[in-house]
Amino acid sequence: MLDCGMHMGFNDDRRFPDFSYITQNGRLTDFLDCVIISHFHLDHCGALPYFSEMVGYDGPIYMTPPTQAICPILLEDYRKIAVDKKGEANFFTSQMIKDCMKKVVAVHLHQTVQVDDELEIKAYYAGHVLGAAMFQIKVGSESVVYTGDYNMTPDRHLGAAWIDRCRPNLLITESTYATTIRDSKRCRERDFLKKVHETVERGGKVLIPVFALGRAQELCILLETFWERMNLKAPIYFSTGLTEKANHYYKLFITWTNQKIRKTFVQRNMFEFKHIKAFDRAFADNPGPMVVFATPGMLHAGQSLQIFRKWAGNEKNMVIMPGYCVQGTVGHKILSGQRKLEMEGRQVLEVKMQVEYMSFSAHADAKGIMQLIGQAEPEHVLLVHGEAKKMEFLKQKIEQEFRVNCYMPANGETVTLPTSPSIPVGISLGLLKREMAQGLLPDAKKPRLLQGTLIMKDSNFRLVSSEQALKELGLAEHQLRFTCRVHLHDARKEQETVMRVYSHLKSILKDHCVQHLPDGSVTVESILIQAAAHSEDPGTKVLLVSWTYQDEELGSYLTSLLKKGLPQAPS
Amino acid sequence: MAAHLKKRVYEEFTKVVQQQEEITAKKLRLTKPSKSAALHIDLCKATSPADALQYLLQFARKPVEAESVEGVVRILLEHYYKENDASVRLKIASLLGLLSKTSGFSPDCIMDDAINILQNEKSHQVLAQLLDTLLAIGTKLPENQAIQMRLVDVACKHLTDTSHGVRNKCLQLLGNLGSLEKSGTKDTEGLATRDVQKIIGDYFSDQDPRVRTAAIKAMLQLHERGLKLQQTIYNQACKLLSDDYEQVRSAAVQLIWVVSQLYPESIVPIPSSNEEIRLVDDAFGKICHMVSDGSWVVRVQAAKLLGSMEQVSSHFLEQTLDKKLMSDLRRKRTAHERAKELYSSGEFSSGRKWGDDAPKEEIDTGAVNLIESGACGAFVHGLEDEMYEVRIAAVEALCMLAQSSPSFAEKCLDFLVDMFNDEIEEVRLQSIHTMRKISNNITLREDQLDTVLAVLEDSSRDIREALHELLCCTNVSTKEGIHLALVELLKNLTKYPTDRDSIWKCLKFLGSRHPTLVLPLVPELLSTHPFFDTAEPDMDDPAYIAVLVLIFNAAKTCPTMPALFSDHTFRHYAYLRDSLSHLVPALRLPGRKLVSSAVSPNIMPHEDPSQQFLQQSLERVYSLQHLDPQGTQELLEFTIRDLQRLGELQSELAGVADFSATYLQCQLLLIKALQEKLWNVAAPLYLKQSDLASAAAKQIMEETYKMEFMYSGVENKQVVIIHHMRLQAKALQLIVTARTTRGVDPLFGMCEKFLQEVDFFQRCFIADLPHLQDSFVDKLLDLMPRLMTSKPAEVVKILQTMLRQSTFLHLPLPEQIHKASATIIEPAGESDNPLRFTSGLVVALDVDATLEHVQDPQSTVKIQVLYPDGQAQMIHPKPADFRNPGPGRHRLITQVYLSHTAWTEPCQVEVRLLLAYNSNARIPKSPWIEGGEVSPQVETSIEGTIPFSKPVKVYIMPKPARR
Repeated sequence: MLDCGMHMGFNDDRRFPDFSYITQNGRLTDFLDCVIISHFHLDHCGALPYFSEMVGYDGPIYMTPPTQAICPILLEDYRKIAVDKKGEANFFTSQMIKDCMKKVVAVHLHQTVQVDDELEIKAYYAGHVLGAAMFQIKVGSESVVYTGDYNMTPDRHLGAAWIDRCRPNLLITESTYATTIRDSKRCRERDFLKKVHETVERGGKVLIPVFALGRAQELCILLETFWERMNLKAPIYFSTGLTEKANHYYKLFITWTNQKIRKTFVQRNMFEFKHIKAFDRAFADNPGPMVVFATPGMLHAGQSLQIFRKWAGNEKNMVIMPGYCVQGTVGHKILSGQRKLEMEGRQVLEVKMQVEYMSFSAHADAKGIMQLIGQAEPEHVLLVHGEAKKMEFLKQKIEQEFRVNCYMPANGETVTLPTSPSIPVGISLGLLKREMAQGLLPDAKKPRLLQGTLIMKDSNFRLVSSEQALKELGLAEHQLRFTCRVHLHDARKEQETVMRVYSHLKSILKDHCVQHLPDGSVTVESILIQAAAHSEDPGTKVLLVSWTYQDEELGSYLTSLLKKGLPQAPS
Repeated sequence: MAAHLKKRVYEEFTKVVQQQEEITAKKLRLTKPSKSAALHIDLCKATSPADALQYLLQFARKPVEAESVEGVVRILLEHYYKENDASVRLKIASLLGLLSKTSGFSPDCIMDDAINILQNEKSHQVLAQLLDTLLAIGTKLPENQAIQMRLVDVACKHLTDTSHGVRNKCLQLLGNLGSLEKSGTKDTEGLATRDVQKIIGDYFSDQDPRVRTAAIKAMLQLHERGLKLQQTIYNQACKLLSDDYEQVRSAAVQLIWVVSQLYPESIVPIPSSNEEIRLVDDAFGKICHMVSDGSWVVRVQAAKLLGSMEQVSSHFLEQTLDKKLMSDLRRKRTAHERAKELYSSGEFSSGRKWGDDAPKEEIDTGAVNLIESGACGAFVHGLEDEMYEVRIAAVEALCMLAQSSPSFAEKCLDFLVDMFNDEIEEVRLQSIHTMRKISNNITLREDQLDTVLAVLEDSSRDIREALHELLCCTNVSTKEGIHLALVELLKNLTKYPTDRDSIWKCLKFLGSRHPTLVLPLVPELLSTHPFFDTAEPDMDDPAYIAVLVLIFNAAKTCPTMPALFSDHTFRHYAYLRDSLSHLVPALRLPGRKLVSSAVSPNIMPHEDPSQQFLQQSLERVYSLQHLDPQGTQELLEFTIRDLQRLGELQSELAGVADFSATYLQCQLLLIKALQEKLWNVAAPLYLKQSDLASAAAKQIMEETYKMEFMYSGVENKQVVIIHHMRLQAKALQLIVTARTTRGVDPLFGMCEKFLQEVDFFQRCFIADLPHLQDSFVDKLLDLMPRLMTSKPAEVVKILQTMLRQSTFLHLPLPEQIHKASATIIEPAGESDNPLRFTSGLVVALDVDATLEHVQDPQSTVKIQVLYPDGQAQMIHPKPADFRNPGPGRHRLITQVYLSHTAWTEPCQVEVRLLLAYNSNARIPKSPWIEGGEVSPQVETSIEGTIPFSKPVKVYIMPKPARR
């Protein structure tokens, strides 16, 4: 099973997947060999405790070490909000998260894990968030690559997704931005920094509502390095709690970050922020410029909303929304230009501060998806994690440009793919060497004919020379000879005819060994040609051509040659 | 045991002989039998392959002389035939290759043997090594056609080998030796006219990636040797671009580039359509595609090569910057386009609207091409690559393309400006430099300037200084732009006061480039008022000086500007013109005479009166030959003084003037030393007086070293004169020592050494001897046979008379000569706070210095630290610490580690820069060092050093360690 996520939009049973699709009845463990989690976002791992503890699964769960570390924090946070704040019952407990995490097995990048004696999996770097991975799943010679979410353009803290040319039978790729080609990230970064810088210089305060993990770290790094470069002094704060724990893991998993951070961490770990300090509620009223990162990202509740209310009245201040906002949230309202907001208790909040929008998204765009397909060279592509209409466009493009089949199944739909599995056949060394010795130059363009006997025994295949096959199987060899009579109009004596045939063949078959034997017959390699007078018509000679099965090619060529007749002898 | 002893005897024998070989050539031959014989005995003695291998390894460590190579080769071959162990054979084969490289040895005699053993060899590794040997032989004999032909045949025969190593070597051989003319050798045989290209091309589809790579490399090798590659390989190479292995793809990219340079104009069809395009455009598109390859090695390679494809049509070129953005299938404008529009509509980006970048028109889904639209967006991808190596390569390529195409330069500006915000400093720096290089072609828009100027706050000094240089040669379009730049520079000045000089210089150029834009700003900048007098600004304020520098330089070409100046501005002008003359130009001010000589720039330097003066004064000196000694001395003294003053006044003549003055100084010293009256006094009385003469000799030596190594642009004819002067000084030294020392024994050595020097001089400068008519050395060489045989006392006597008689050599002036100089910027030596550190530990001292006209500073510039106790420490800076900001200029930024035992109170240490020299570097190296396999490290010993910067004092205080 690939990923085990939850749906953010529902608060009832529909938020978790319906696992009865897999089992009908019976235990999940009997149906699944393993579960693979690509990264720690809740839409990819949110249902894991429910699945393993409440539905019941005891097999291994594979994820990368950063995912393994950060995933339980997020699950716990999610549980808290659902149970403690919304008071939901029948939800998984903390203990369940712990039990679930005990079933996790860590997979490192490019490590091949043998799940059982058939199935093996291998992880590739995917960008997107810390620890995100793409997985190659292989059984025998057939393989599937599942990308999870990935990003083909590097950002300030993560590198770009990369996969080798593994030529899987099927590539399952996300397609969030199936119809978008994005602008260079540099413009975005520059704009962002410029806006923050200007506001701070003016003495204003900047509020950046973020979700705790992922983009937040990228923006932190961006601001931190900018502050460092420009020698700025204004304080930057980050709301505490979840993020501190997460930052700790970012510091630990340096190998999963980008080149810059990896190369410089010996001098200084980029996640050990010099300028970014923990936020305290009281700081919001401090005078002077500051930058605050606060959760949650859409200004719908919590600390970010509190700070927003405090600062909204001053036109010197600014709020920067670094991501998408769902309709109905404060974030969405101010982005769509509303300047007067109704808060609870019929208060009206006038928004005088500047509102900026800045898209920092970490999914591959259409070009990136195409690039990944180009890198992996799959036989089939399957699009998931996107909108049907957009996928339709991408599907058409993929089919057009790579000439591979592309599928985009709806939820619950099954796709069946034809594959042509390769069957390994062992060849005996002796046979191979013999054939190698015959051929001269290696030429990939021309296939070569190789004669041998295929032995199928105990579900393995071997190609051996026919002598060996006979010996092994204890069979006697049968000689198969073809004989053909060719009529020649030649009034001369038999010996002369033979001589003429001999000289004719000699002149044509330069690279074969043509011999005239003393008993009046001609041999070409192992093919025998004898001449006799026709019993009825003395003007016609009958040529007897005889060859073995192995020389079929040459033999039939020779007969066709002789059938054309001899050239007129010089008289 | 006996054998062992024998070996030792041989070894010792060899050693002794080798020591002597430098002196006489005769005994050299003795080594020949011994060398090979020793090897022979060693190899016979070896009981196991491991032993034999050891002996061979030992043997390989020592060089072999050209004469004995053949003997050694025979012995090696003999053992080769006998040897059963493949590893030993391998080593022998490799030794054969190395030996055949020995210069002075013609390897054609061993070729037959090598080919012979090749035929019987079974081991693939040995085969490969043997082919390598053949390659060495073949490259040694480039003009022998028959041998090359034969080797190529051998290579072709082994191409079918099953081992990739052997095929590799065969292809290498073909690439290096394959005949260049196809038809030239028809007479030899049918085989000889093989088409090497076709053979190599067949291996493009070999099953082993290493062989494929080797085949492409061989093809490139053919190209390098001057063979014109056929156009047909272009298609083959294109297929290799999608190879599974990165090294193959990397080589294929190179090959495609080569072909595209050879046949830029030929037409190739576009697959799956009827259109045709130029080959160079097609290749450009393909290489662009490789910029998004999976392997970064290939990406770097591709990005680099893009830069050198200048023939590509502009239409394709501009595509590289265009990514065709879209969002939900609707066309979207890039941020760059939006910025441009906003600018032209007279409004700055508000960014306040969410829908600011909302997609506009619908896109026809059929028309969108997501990949393989050739060059599309290649640079956009390259510039935001994950690896900074790729980004740097892309920036470099942008630079090269922009230099050749002004329209492209205009387009790529936005992207370069974006790179100013890269996370890696090297990339930022590189993009600033790039921008500077293309700045002739571009004019910055105001919003772009804004982004550029934002970088001025960068904390890295390199970045800021590079940016100042960039601003020096930037074109700004509006007066607001100039104002903005000035404001930002002043901000920079207050934030980083150390940038003062660099900012002033930058404003100087900014002013002189944009006089008309500065003009309307003048009242505001000087804060003058039409009716009221304003307060006089502080003259020492660096910011005020900066403003003045800008204005005065603009005023130079804008005669109406001085009318706007207030009284104190004129006064300040006079002051600045004097104190900062390199920054403030001479102005035509109303009511004032033009300060200093109005050297109009169109007069060529050789018509320059000061140049004439220099020439004349030198000629005057050279013309005097037989003046009375007193007069000569005086004239020399005056001329030296004149020259020194001239050097101070005219910076462009400083090098020549100083150089000549130093030479005259040497001459003067020599004359003075010879004029000593006491030469004729008996030796015992002379002791005290000799000080002056020996000091003169010593000083002349020092000065000649300075002349030889401190000036760049010194040519051979000057070097001869300098060496000649040094020889005279040595002669003087010899004479003085002869007079002051008693006994003859030490003199013998000295005399011999001196005669060796003369001999060496003769060998080095044999070609220049005719120019030295009548000189000291000329006469000396005449008398050489006599000197060789005479006693030291006699030699001294001869030398003395000759020194007196010899004439004064005319020093021809070099075209371009510059004196090396260095200024230590940091440490400034002003601090009163001692640098405290615990004794026994080290403290790092940041040293920042600019070097001018130093050739090869990486190996010559050293830092010296003098401690108060007289202890001196020499530090060799790392090569990476030197930067090269411009031609002839270098910047040394490094750290010096100081350490000392505890002191009772703080004290000053002196830090200075030294120029190390080694006069032996001119001696041609003995041949076998180059040819030998393990050539001993070429000695980089330092013979002496010349201090060439003012010492800076640093206050330090090593504290005793706390217990």
